[in-house]
Amino acid sequence: MIDPNMFQLVCFYAFAAVTVVAALGVITLRNTVHAVLSLVLTFFSTACIWLLAEAEFLAIALIVVYVGAVMVLFLFVVMMLDIKQEHVREGFIKYLPVGIIVALVMLGEMLALIGVRAMHQAVMGADPATVAGMSNTAWLGNALYTQFLLPFEVAALILTVGVVAAVVLTLRQRTGVRHQQASQQVRVNPRDRVRVVKMAAEVPAAPQPAPGKETTP
Amino acid sequence: MITLSHFIVLGAVLFCIALASLFINRKNVIVLLMSIELMLLAVNINFVAFSRFLGDVAGQVFVFFILTVAAAETAIGLAILVLLFRNRSTINVAEIDSMKG
Repeated sequence: MIDPNMFQLVCFYAFAAVTVVAALGVITLRNTVHAVLSLVLTFFSTACIWLLAEAEFLAIALIVVYVGAVMVLFLFVVMMLDIKQEHVREGFIKYLPVGIIVALVMLGEMLALIGVRAMHQAVMGADPATVAGMSNTAWLGNALYTQFLLPFEVAALILTVGVVAAVVLTLRQRTGVRHQQASQQVRVNPRDRVRVVKMAAEVPAAPQPAPGKETTP
Repeated sequence: MITLSHFIVLGAVLFCIALASLFINRKNVIVLLMSIELMLLAVNINFVAFSRFLGDVAGQVFVFFILTVAAAETAIGLAILVLLFRNRSTINVAEIDSMKG
């Protein structure tokens, strides 16, 4: 029988390894489409790590919102733009040492600063949502709709502004192209289009049978 | 047993990978946007971990807001990128210098 704590740790290391490798793929892959797909893998494995931390709602939200919407948007844009690969990659080797050095120095500083040794004592206890007697989603929703109601509404407003801004930015009106003009179509008045003319009915004259062509039945 | 430091180290590693990307991918705006996403993800991992270990709901609520704002930011950023590519036919950061800043 495997120890559940040990199993949790093994799972954590596996997902963390996938996350880090996929993140390295994001920044080094030559093809931008592959980089986006690698970022999708990063989000997926991070969602698994959040599941280990028992943040179920956020893990599912990360997959639905990020993988389902934002990453698909990225893929759309990457495939829509016609990018010359070799042009974009120039300077990669030149700046690689600088990037590695800065990243390593910063990582060392961060780990020294936050005191990883001290935090090693903090062992994951009981889930606070379970202690409160509800699921993670209910726990989060309770706080969201009471304590954080105003920020929640502001977030909705930000999303609306984002939608409007994205549409307005990419809206293009080309000149010299014949388009349907919906506003003019709606505004049209039937009296401008159809004119009803009243006129006297025409009375046909009595037929005059031509002589000579007459046939008798 | 998973401890708090596991999550913190993972967040720090992800953040530094994204930081290195800002240096080595300085030509491609799309990869720069993706490294910003990675940085936000690293911060979110820290928030979730602290929320879990301190038993405070505020951390997870904040992750929720970060996800919202990041989604809006990405949409607008990509819209600007499409506009830029339409006008200049390039996404090279070095060539986008018409303002001579």
